[in-house]
Amino acid sequence: MTARLPRWIAVLALAATLGVRAVHAAEALPTEQDPVAQARAVKLEGELRCLVCQNQTIAESNAELAVDLRRQVREQIAAGRSDAEIIDYMTARYGDFVLYRPPLKAITLLLWAGPALLVVLGGWLLLRIVRERRAVDTAPLSEADRARAEALLRGDAEKRA
Amino acid sequence: MNRKLLIPLALFGVLFAFLMVGLTLNPREVPSPLIGKPAPAFALVTLHQPERKLATTDLKGQVWLLNVWASWCVSCRVEHPVLMEFAKSKLVPIVGLNYKDKPDEGIAWLKQYGNPYDVSVVDRDGRVGIDWGVYGVPETFVVDKAGVIRHKHIGPVDAAALESRIMPLVRELQRAS
Repeated sequence: MTARLPRWIAVLALAATLGVRAVHAAEALPTEQDPVAQARAVKLEGELRCLVCQNQTIAESNAELAVDLRRQVREQIAAGRSDAEIIDYMTARYGDFVLYRPPLKAITLLLWAGPALLVVLGGWLLLRIVRERRAVDTAPLSEADRARAEALLRGDAEKRA
Repeated sequence: MNRKLLIPLALFGVLFAFLMVGLTLNPREVPSPLIGKPAPAFALVTLHQPERKLATTDLKGQVWLLNVWASWCVSCRVEHPVLMEFAKSKLVPIVGLNYKDKPDEGIAWLKQYGNPYDVSVVDRDGRVGIDWGVYGVPETFVVDKAGVIRHKHIGPVDAAALESRIMPLVRELQRAS
């Protein structure tokens, strides 16, 4: 009993740090004893989208399909499948849509590169506008303008140069 | 007029066009990666004769429909009269996949509303459903003679979907050798 105690605490601490997801996942299969397999299952379940309530992961969702998919994840971990094999299993059936992190492909290139492109484009525009303004502000006065300004400062405004 | 002022207007136009197209799309319809792939194999007991099994291999060589249904499924009630009418045409065998349902409740449901299926098989725990990528009952699959999935309809099949998509496809696949 004393030997098992620290492990137990470690599992609890892990569950606490992983928050809500861990709590839900633990509900799916309360008999889960192996902390390593548990951590893997929680991680995988947090990366798979529930197809019924599309803005939740299968770890968060309580839809029947999410419960079934969680069971699949746990069974396959127990059967010794790797994370990549489990992800492949899911995408073979439900497509890339089940992944919260879409893979980098030709059709997802804009999705991944989009934000960076916008930042670069915005930065370039900003730089251009700032430079344009500075150029206007620091344009040297022409001789005629200088003479006129001096005349104005002297006070004989009516006498145009 | 300053031509630069037209840039925001053009950007707005592009955004507007994208959003308008977005409104016409249905985010619930997730394209299936199984289209064009061999139908996932199953061998399940039939609903009405639990001692008999039906396997996907038994259906090779003919075009068939797989319709996923359940007695607890509200949309299946909407779809049901359409299927009943379609079944009368005897165009194509319809296999029902009784998904995550209690068999006696499924049988009672068919008795009450009518049975459009040539045969229904029992997927008690939804495992075959997952293999077929089912996520919203009802769903309907068209499988060709070689056992390849050619079309998937998500949600209740209506008369328009039958006439414009499913029936022409079935006829075309039946003509193909």
